[in-house]
Amino acid sequence: MSDARLQYVLRLADTSLVLGQRLAEWVGHAPALEEDLGLANVSLDLIGQARLLLTYAGEIEGRGRTEDDLAMSRDQSDYLNLAMAEQPNGDFACTIVRQFLIDAFQLELYEALQQSKDARLAEIAAKALKETRYHVRYSASWMVRLGDGTEESHRRTQEALNNLWRYTQEFFAADAVDEEMARAGIAPVLAELAPRWSARVDEVLREATLQRPVDTPYSWHGKRGDHTEHLGYLLAEMQFLHRAYPGATW
Amino acid sequence: MVVAEATVASDRVAAAWRVLRDVMDPEIPVLSIVDLGIVRFVREERSGEDSEATLHVGLAPTYSGCPATEVIRGSVERALARAGFARVKIENVLSPPWTSEWVTAEGRRKLLAFGIAPPQEPVSSPRRLFGETTVHCPRCGSEATERISEFGSTPCKAHYRCTECLEPFDYFKCI
Repeated sequence: MSDARLQYVLRLADTSLVLGQRLAEWVGHAPALEEDLGLANVSLDLIGQARLLLTYAGEIEGRGRTEDDLAMSRDQSDYLNLAMAEQPNGDFACTIVRQFLIDAFQLELYEALQQSKDARLAEIAAKALKETRYHVRYSASWMVRLGDGTEESHRRTQEALNNLWRYTQEFFAADAVDEEMARAGIAPVLAELAPRWSARVDEVLREATLQRPVDTPYSWHGKRGDHTEHLGYLLAEMQFLHRAYPGATW
Repeated sequence: MVVAEATVASDRVAAAWRVLRDVMDPEIPVLSIVDLGIVRFVREERSGEDSEATLHVGLAPTYSGCPATEVIRGSVERALARAGFARVKIENVLSPPWTSEWVTAEGRRKLLAFGIAPPQEPVSSPRRLFGETTVHCPRCGSEATERISEFGSTPCKAHYRCTECLEPFDYFKCI
C-alpha cells in the first residue's frame, strides 16, 4: 500500500517537475515578453506543486530523503512522470499543445483528488487546482489564437497536435498502482476522467478549427520509469550542478 | 507530549501581530503580509517542562511556486527575533488554500494607491461563471480595460491595459 502510494505521489510530482523544467527552458526565448512571463509563471506553479508532492513522497518513503534529494538524485528510470511532460519544447505551437493537453488533464485530476481520502493529497490538489484553472485558460486561449490564426500558425499547431496526441493515452491507462489507489479512495478512477477531458479538448479544438487526431498504440510507460529518449537530456541539465557539487547551497 | 495551547490572545501574541504588520511583501512593498492575508494564525505553545513558550506562526503561500514565500519566511523570522521572540516556529498552512478574498480592505486600498488594481470580485461571484471580470484602471478609474496577459510580473498578478488613458497596469488576480 505505502509503496503504491509512494509511486502514485511520485508520478504526480514528476509530471509537474518535468513539465515545469521544460517551460523554464523558454525563459529569455519566448516570442514576446508577455509569453516569457506567462510560461515562467506556469513553470513556477508547477515546480511549486512538485515541491509539495516530493516533500510528501519523501515522508511516505521514510528514508529521510528531501524534495531536493528526490528531484536531483534520481535517475531517469526512477522518474515516474507521464511521457508527455518530457517531450521537447519544439516551436511555440508545440509547447502550447503539450501544455493544453496536460493542463486539461490536471484540471480533472486535481478536481477529483480534492476528494481523496489522503488528506495531504487532497489539500495539495485543492491548492494546485486554483493555479491549474489559470494554466488551462492560458493554454486554451493560445490554442484558439494559433489554430484559428494564420495559415502558418494553424499548420504548425495541427502538426504539433498530430505529433503529441500519441502521448495522451498514457494519461488514462490505469495500471496496478492506479487501480490500488482508486480502490483505496485515494485517487480517482482514471477512465472516469477521460470523457470530461475529452469533451473539454474537443470544445477547444473545435473553436481552434483543429482536427482531433486518431488514437494510436504506444510503447513507453513514463509512469513506470520507461521513458522516451528526451528525459535523460533534461535531467542531465537539471541535475548537473547538484551532482557536480553535492549538497551545494546558496 | 501534551501541548498546552494558549487560545486566548496573550500580550505576546498581540505583540507578535504588531511585528508582523510591519513585515512587507518583497514584491509588493506597500503591502504587509497581514494585509495580504497570508498570516493564518499566531499562537504560543508551551511543551512539557520547557519554561519558554514557542511562538507558532502559520503562513499560507499565495501560489505554490511563489519565490517570495521563502523570502517572507526569512523576514518573519528576523523581525520576530529582533522583537525578542527567541523561539519561533513557522508553519506552512496549505489548507484551506489562500484566496485573494483574504486580502484585507486596507490591503486593497494600498494596492490601488500603489497603481495595482485590487482583486475586484469575490471568487464565488456568479459573474465568474461566465469568465467576465470588470477591472477598473487604477489610474483613471475607467472600466474600459483589456487583458494583455493572464500572467504579470509576479504569480499573483495579470497584465492589463486601460484603453481610456492608455496606461498598462497590473491586476491582482482573483484566485
